[in-house]
Amino acid sequence: MILSNMESVPGKTIKEFYGVVTGSTVRTKHIGRDFMAGIKNLIGGELKGYTELLHEARTQALERMIQEARSTGANAVVNVRFSTSSVAQGAAELFAYGTAVKVE
Amino acid sequence: MNPELVGIISQLGFPLALLGATYICGSLIEAGHYRHLRRREKASVGFPAITLRSVPASWTVLDAALVTGSVVISLDYFKRFLARLRGLVGGSLKSYETLLDRGRREAIMRVKEAARRRGAHAVVNIRLETARLASSRRNGKGTAGVEILAFGTALKLAR
Repeated sequence: MILSNMESVPGKTIKEFYGVVTGSTVRTKHIGRDFMAGIKNLIGGELKGYTELLHEARTQALERMIQEARSTGANAVVNVRFSTSSVAQGAAELFAYGTAVKVE
Repeated sequence: MNPELVGIISQLGFPLALLGATYICGSLIEAGHYRHLRRREKASVGFPAITLRSVPASWTVLDAALVTGSVVISLDYFKRFLARLRGLVGGSLKSYETLLDRGRREAIMRVKEAARRRGAHAVVNIRLETARLASSRRNGKGTAGVEILAFGTALKLAR
């Protein structure tokens, strides 16, 4: 599956459009990670635990989007966008969406 | 010594020590991060990472793929304290400006590094997003940091 955040896949032409595909996941952090991040939060800098957590979650959202695209028969998703929203205390929704297409 | 004075000092002592310690640690971490960033930025000079929505006409693209880079970064306790004081009089919050600057540069560097690992020669259509992570403490009013996400399309080019 080819992914691109541009209107097309550079170097290829779009043959067919299959519509919007989406993937999302809502994640919350566990107590251990939260405790360590709380300590790290005192001295500032990168909170690696959270960076990894959000990265894993975003990868899963992309994975779900790709699955949906595959089920429509597409071989690429173009114009991929991300959005993050805090839906509850200490929880966030990671959302990825794009347009499933067939490219050649 | 006056026992009342001792009481005041011991009550103020812990917060002051915490402020001092986090000031020192926070400054050292920030200076280290900037050094690390400058070194990597110097090494990646000549690797085009651009925000154009289309590929320059002179490039021949062999392969394209989405790459992302993200970082969650937070201020130290001392600077958050100063920022709250600053909030009383208004004006620009320098500490948050440098925090976001560090975060964005780090996220862009990670995009470039991810593209390099894939063997790409350039990244186009770079986009940046910022999200605040609400803390589960203090009724969700506290900040657990800021997430900066950078993403773009990495290209392999025919040379």
